[in-house]
Amino acid sequence: MDLQLLVTIFPQVLLDGILLGFMYALIALGYTMVYGVLEFINFAHSEIFIVGAFVGVEILLGLKSAGLLEAIPWLPVLLLVLVAGMAASGLLAVSIERIAYRPLRHAPRLIPLISAIGVSFFLQDAIRLFESIWRNAFNLVYPTLDVLNRRYDLTSTIDIPLKSVVVIAAALLMLWALWALVNRTKIGTAIRAVAEDQAAASLMGINVNRIISLTFLIGGAMGGAAGVLFGVQYSLVNPYTGFIPGLKAFTAAVLGGIGNIPGAMVGGLVLGLLEAFAASYLSLLTGGAFGAEYKDIFAFSVLILILIFRPKGLLGEVVRERA
Amino acid sequence: MLALEDLEVYYGEIHALKRVSLEVRDREIVALLGNNGAGKTTTLKTVSGLLAPRRGRVSFEGRPLTGVAPHEIVARGIAHVPEGRRIFNRLTVRENLLMGAYLRADGGIAADLERVFALFPRLHERLTQVAGTLSGGEQQMLAIGRALMARPKVLLLDEPSMGLAPVLVEQIFETIAEVNRQGTTILLVEQNAAMALSIANRGYVLETGSVVLSGTAAALGENSEVRRAYLGE
Ligand SMILES: Nc1ncnc2c1ncn2[C@@H]1O[C@H](COP(=O)(O)OP(=O)(O)O)[C@@H](O)[C@H]1O
Ligand SMILES: [Mg+2]
Repeated sequence: MDLQLLVTIFPQVLLDGILLGFMYALIALGYTMVYGVLEFINFAHSEIFIVGAFVGVEILLGLKSAGLLEAIPWLPVLLLVLVAGMAASGLLAVSIERIAYRPLRHAPRLIPLISAIGVSFFLQDAIRLFESIWRNAFNLVYPTLDVLNRRYDLTSTIDIPLKSVVVIAAALLMLWALWALVNRTKIGTAIRAVAEDQAAASLMGINVNRIISLTFLIGGAMGGAAGVLFGVQYSLVNPYTGFIPGLKAFTAAVLGGIGNIPGAMVGGLVLGLLEAFAASYLSLLTGGAFGAEYKDIFAFSVLILILIFRPKGLLGEVVRERA
Repeated sequence: MLALEDLEVYYGEIHALKRVSLEVRDREIVALLGNNGAGKTTTLKTVSGLLAPRRGRVSFEGRPLTGVAPHEIVARGIAHVPEGRRIFNRLTVRENLLMGAYLRADGGIAADLERVFALFPRLHERLTQVAGTLSGGEQQMLAIGRALMARPKVLLLDEPSMGLAPVLVEQIFETIAEVNRQGTTILLVEQNAAMALSIANRGYVLETGSVVLSGTAAALGENSEVRRAYLGE
């Protein structure tokens, strides 16, 4: 075992894990917020996420073909793309709830779940159809902004591309904003009240349906932001790209304690780090017996172990009711 | 002020309220008595919009309430303290109280918090505590205080004495009487008939979904059937 190598790559692996973790965390918020208010798994959230990525790539490609991409400074471009992706995904999530879930609110639990799976497949192929007609291709590549690929040396052996700094900063900013909204504002308190008891919340004068829409809007917007950041970081998007990160983000939400917002953040980071370390270290530590392709097996084994000992997740339910 | 006329309420096939009519006048305390399963909770839920009657009308200050959503009924001035308190366990005491004032945009919220603390000093001591960790009595105080934060004209109370020690029961009823003296009209559901009649102006008795008796609190307290069935004689 090459100890020297383990130590040398550690910061790079840590950075990869944090990046991936923030991505999962942002996506996981959509699952967990919706679960929190409706006890329902929004299976279509992986496509809400990838729609954000597609809106982003379309705007960037549009700017590029208009020759504007290099003409405008990168920060406004990135902000524009981020805001547009968030708006599109947020509004999409609200519409999905209105059309495909709300009419089924009082149906047996399995029914809206099946509706969500249907929406998920529908969106995948709708994106594919649209892009096939519009661009004659549905595997798209994010146009690179040269500045974003500039690398900064942290030490003599580690450097970090600007885009990773930007992705981490944007994710942190959004997680903080969401935390502040949910915990420090009246509307955020109302979201938590509705999550706990819809009937009691309506007796406070809270319009429960409006709060549910708002929850989809916020969760969807976070997913859309994750989509744009995903595109910026990993470049390739296709209509089916959302599925696996969506599934992993959902797992992250369960790991953190589904319905629990800080839990989604923690769960996302834990899963991202597990995956990154497994990808880089498994092969080194086992002398090549297990390669990077075993990363998911390793990461998910750890998850299963954690859930055996903490079935409600890392941050699940601490308050117990007293009679 | 608040009038229920010929209400028929069903849970699926179960006929829970049968031609229930009752009236609550301005500044009254009206007691709604009856055994478990008589339909008391159903009556309050129908007033606050959580249940829709199949037939009959609810009106408030001369305007119909039937078909109006619960959150709009709160805006009209009716606050409901539901059975089992239903406070938000994961929110702090302060957040629970502020949710009570959710629809209010006036500057009187701070003053009303003070009013609630005057009625329930314990809540002031526990302001930043998570509500799920309160004792049963404190939770009932919080549920009532939270409803008062809406500055309701009418307060609907569903078994405020349930599960409380006798000393606390007395304290809660004194507070209800005080809230009424401060100008709030009250419709009080209770199984503890003696206590309820001691502070009420008038009362109604429900039996298996129908109003079987009504009258002034004094008259009901002397009625031989009420004494036998609800006052344990
Ligand atoms: N959610 C429900 N579903 C079906 N039946 C119900 C439900 N809630 C109450 N009931 C029935 O309606 C009747 C009246 O109940 P309720 O209003 O809760 O009585 P009370 O509050 O006087 O104890 C009872 O027979 C009860 O079993
Ligand atoms: Mg009841």
